[in-house]
Amino acid sequence: MTLGYQFGSSGRERMRWREKIAHISWPIVFLIGCVASIGFATLYSAAHGSADPWMDRQIARFAAGAAMMFAVAMIDLKTLMRFAYPCYLVSIVLLIWVDFAGQVGMGAQRWIDLGPVQLQPSEIMKVTIVLTLARYFHGLSYEDVGRPLSLVIPIVLVLVPAGLVLKQPDLGTAGMLMMVAAAIFVVVGVRWWKFALVLALGIGAAYYAWNSPHILHDYQKARIMTFMDPESDLQGSGYHIMQSKIALGSGAMWGKGFLQGTQSHLDFLPERQTDFIFTMFAEEFGMVGSLVLLSLYVLLVIYGTVIALRSKTQFGRLLAFGLSFNLFCYFFINTAMVMGLIPVVGVPLPLISYGGTVMMTVLIAFGLIMSVNIHRDQRIGRRLGNEDT
Amino acid sequence: MALRKLPNRTQARVFSRRTALMGLGQAALTMTLVGRLYYLQVLQADKYRLLADENRINLRLLPPSRGLIYDRFGLALADNYPNYRAMLVAEQTSNLARTLDDFSALVPLSERERAKIMKELSRVRAFTPIPVKEDLDWDQVSAVELNLPDLPGISIEVDQKRVYPFAGIAAHMLGYVGAPNEDDLQQDNDPLLSLPGIRMGKNGLEKQYEHPLRGQAGQSELEVNSVGRVIRELAREEGTPGKDLVTSLDIGLQQFVQQRLSAEFSGAAVVMDIYNGDILAMASTPTFDPAAFYRGLTASEWQALMSDQYRPLTNKAIAGQFAPGSTFKIATAIAAQQVGVTPAFNVFCPGFYQLGNMRFHCWKKEGHGHLDMPGALQNSCDVYFYELSRTIGIDAIAVGARELGLGDVAGIDLPGERPGVIPDRAWKKATMGESWHQGETLINGIGQGFVLATPLQLCTMASRVANGGYAVKPHLFRAADPQKADGPSPYPKMKLEDSWLQTVRDGMDRVCNVVHGTAYQARIPIPGMEMAGKTGSAQVRRITMAERAVGVRKNESLPWKERDHALFVAFAPVHEPRYACCVVIEHGGGGALYAGPIARDIMIETQRRDPARRNPNNEGGRREMP
Repeated sequence: MTLGYQFGSSGRERMRWREKIAHISWPIVFLIGCVASIGFATLYSAAHGSADPWMDRQIARFAAGAAMMFAVAMIDLKTLMRFAYPCYLVSIVLLIWVDFAGQVGMGAQRWIDLGPVQLQPSEIMKVTIVLTLARYFHGLSYEDVGRPLSLVIPIVLVLVPAGLVLKQPDLGTAGMLMMVAAAIFVVVGVRWWKFALVLALGIGAAYYAWNSPHILHDYQKARIMTFMDPESDLQGSGYHIMQSKIALGSGAMWGKGFLQGTQSHLDFLPERQTDFIFTMFAEEFGMVGSLVLLSLYVLLVIYGTVIALRSKTQFGRLLAFGLSFNLFCYFFINTAMVMGLIPVVGVPLPLISYGGTVMMTVLIAFGLIMSVNIHRDQRIGRRLGNEDT
Repeated sequence: MALRKLPNRTQARVFSRRTALMGLGQAALTMTLVGRLYYLQVLQADKYRLLADENRINLRLLPPSRGLIYDRFGLALADNYPNYRAMLVAEQTSNLARTLDDFSALVPLSERERAKIMKELSRVRAFTPIPVKEDLDWDQVSAVELNLPDLPGISIEVDQKRVYPFAGIAAHMLGYVGAPNEDDLQQDNDPLLSLPGIRMGKNGLEKQYEHPLRGQAGQSELEVNSVGRVIRELAREEGTPGKDLVTSLDIGLQQFVQQRLSAEFSGAAVVMDIYNGDILAMASTPTFDPAAFYRGLTASEWQALMSDQYRPLTNKAIAGQFAPGSTFKIATAIAAQQVGVTPAFNVFCPGFYQLGNMRFHCWKKEGHGHLDMPGALQNSCDVYFYELSRTIGIDAIAVGARELGLGDVAGIDLPGERPGVIPDRAWKKATMGESWHQGETLINGIGQGFVLATPLQLCTMASRVANGGYAVKPHLFRAADPQKADGPSPYPKMKLEDSWLQTVRDGMDRVCNVVHGTAYQARIPIPGMEMAGKTGSAQVRRITMAERAVGVRKNESLPWKERDHALFVAFAPVHEPRYACCVVIEHGGGGALYAGPIARDIMIETQRRDPARRNPNNEGGRREMP
């Protein structure tokens, strides 16, 4: 227990509550507040200038989520590590449950109906996968990472939930899980040639599958083509993305003004309160508004990444980095999707899209990032419970 | 401890380096987003703004109200009446069948109408109004309005329908409106014509003045949502209503003429102002009801109209070409004087005229004895005009006839006018490829043979004789300034000397007002209203030598198609002429007997009303008989 002095810079065994609260990164809280407020205003507009049915419920969720965020921020990293694998297991169980007993909601995402609350396990998984991988890689040295066998476990840890999510079929979440995992693989120092190898194998496999007459039917290929290039099918799936681009473009530099978006208010824009909410915002506030919103997200990601860099433990670094990268994936995929840069995959815009689970998980993720910040000087051994290493 | 920390430090270094790399990657991706935003919202903004407006803005044409047609005193001949329609919006009623049941309790709906409504409903979206019943009368409108709370989805809408208050009285001139057909749409690209329910002029004045009457369509800019529901009206630009048309007609006189004529199977009459060319009345019988064309004719109605031997749809006043018979002698007399024959030119009529081995008969078997030109006109002596025609030749006759307005369209502002025929040598060569025979000169000189003229042309001829040789042209469009009507004729003086015309006017005076004149029976005995005229009976069959031997059959004993055309041209008052008139009764028999009395009645009525000089509506109606 002598090494207990390594807790905190002051060398005290436990940080005091007051100290913890003092270390809360208030700029992050402020940025979150700004983004969420933009979300509330946009939901107000989406309901044609009414708090009902979306804005008031979203505010309630935000309040609950914020409380959880602060609570999570108080938990020290060791405790978080201890909970990592159990959380992962629970998430997997929920995913299996939803695959067999879940209900299909908007788009492909499935949810579990728990009375007043509807849970989307795939959103929860996006946070727990980071927690789990951070936990796992914390136990490996740089040399350990170099051994190919040590990568088998984390690959399995990722592929199992990714596969379950893909089965829903929620391509967006599956992709995000893989991207975030890959990012963590990169920063823990997995050798570059391994990525090159996987990439080459992937491309080769895809090429083979595409050209082999036995694997994909023509109609499946056609569906993939439409998915990749929706504008080739303007009557069907391309219609929505075309309308989204019209809404964005017609917003021009300064936008049409709050509550004045014609594309969204006249129902040309689909899912304006969820996946296409960025379009709605950009139509009403133009390029200037879009850039402000993007800047807020970028600042949040930068903040999270800086916290990761300042953390003294590998777990803290990976957790903060992974969650920040997760946030980046969220807003990049969502905005690129509504701008017609990538296929429509159904990823919500964090803190803004209407939806309870996303709001909760994103705020919990911020809580975790803040926890890393508060406990940045905490040191944890390779193996939990043995700070000696 | 230090050794153990070393790899940990490597780990941190690798983490920092690779995080920086990832940061660069993220920055690059973010810049892609910014670039894309710039492309969409700045570079392509105009294109997408246009597309957004195309999405949400729906242009709807607002039909202008059609110009009205008035008579010279301001009575509406073609009017717009409100057309009340019951409309139904399906989404506003929970029980469609019940709403329709309740509605038909107030306004009966046939099974066919109901089926049509259901069919229409299946085609359109639930918020689109569809017509349930057109042309509701006032009682039905009030019944429906009163019960609107119990008729969810039903509403009353008003637009305009074309109404002709005088029905068949002026149908041939007014024409009618009907839905545009394929040809109309091809020739006229006014988008207004593609509106459902729009009608355009199909005949008569409605067709002639279609463009000014139609007006300019207005436009309503509507904001619609993705399924086409109208959210609000963004802008509204009222169109220009069609211009009203004031005609020269006196509908009172028109009514008289049409009714006076309708006792006959088939015929036409024209009354015109000899100085300014105002058509005061123009009748053609039988007539038709233009309202039938508005609602659309059934196939059998159309068939009946087309196969009628009396051709009710033809305006015979302008499109009926008749052999003018003896009325043409006016033209022959003028033509003769034009080439230097004097009124004193004398011919002895023994009842026939011998040309080589051919014998041409006068209508009076016993002959007229010695006649000069006015005398020949008074008696309508055929032999005199045979001789006159032979003397001057067919080409000279043609020149005179054309000067008086025959042989070409009179140029009235109505569609479908026919030019008639004034033959000469060149004409026969061109149309038949044969050379002219002298015998034909004789026949055509008395208005038989090839000569054809419309009642309007004959009326114009009479006008030009009566007005002292001004090239008056008939028209229906009323000059903007009615005061000018009483001034000197606005038409150019023709190369006709008044003395020549005076000879003819004398002859026409004697036709009516001298005891042995051919139309003495049809004279106007009212002092100051006397008319001058010329009879005509145009043969439509050949009288054989055999028939002549046993006696020419009376018209009354012939089938309708073989009877003579009865013609009469007149002007009045004889010493101070103002009005000219032409009456043609198709296969009516003798001109003096059948057309003359009608012309007399028309001229009396015309002078009583005296529409060219006064407004009977303002001055307490018609002039009393002195």
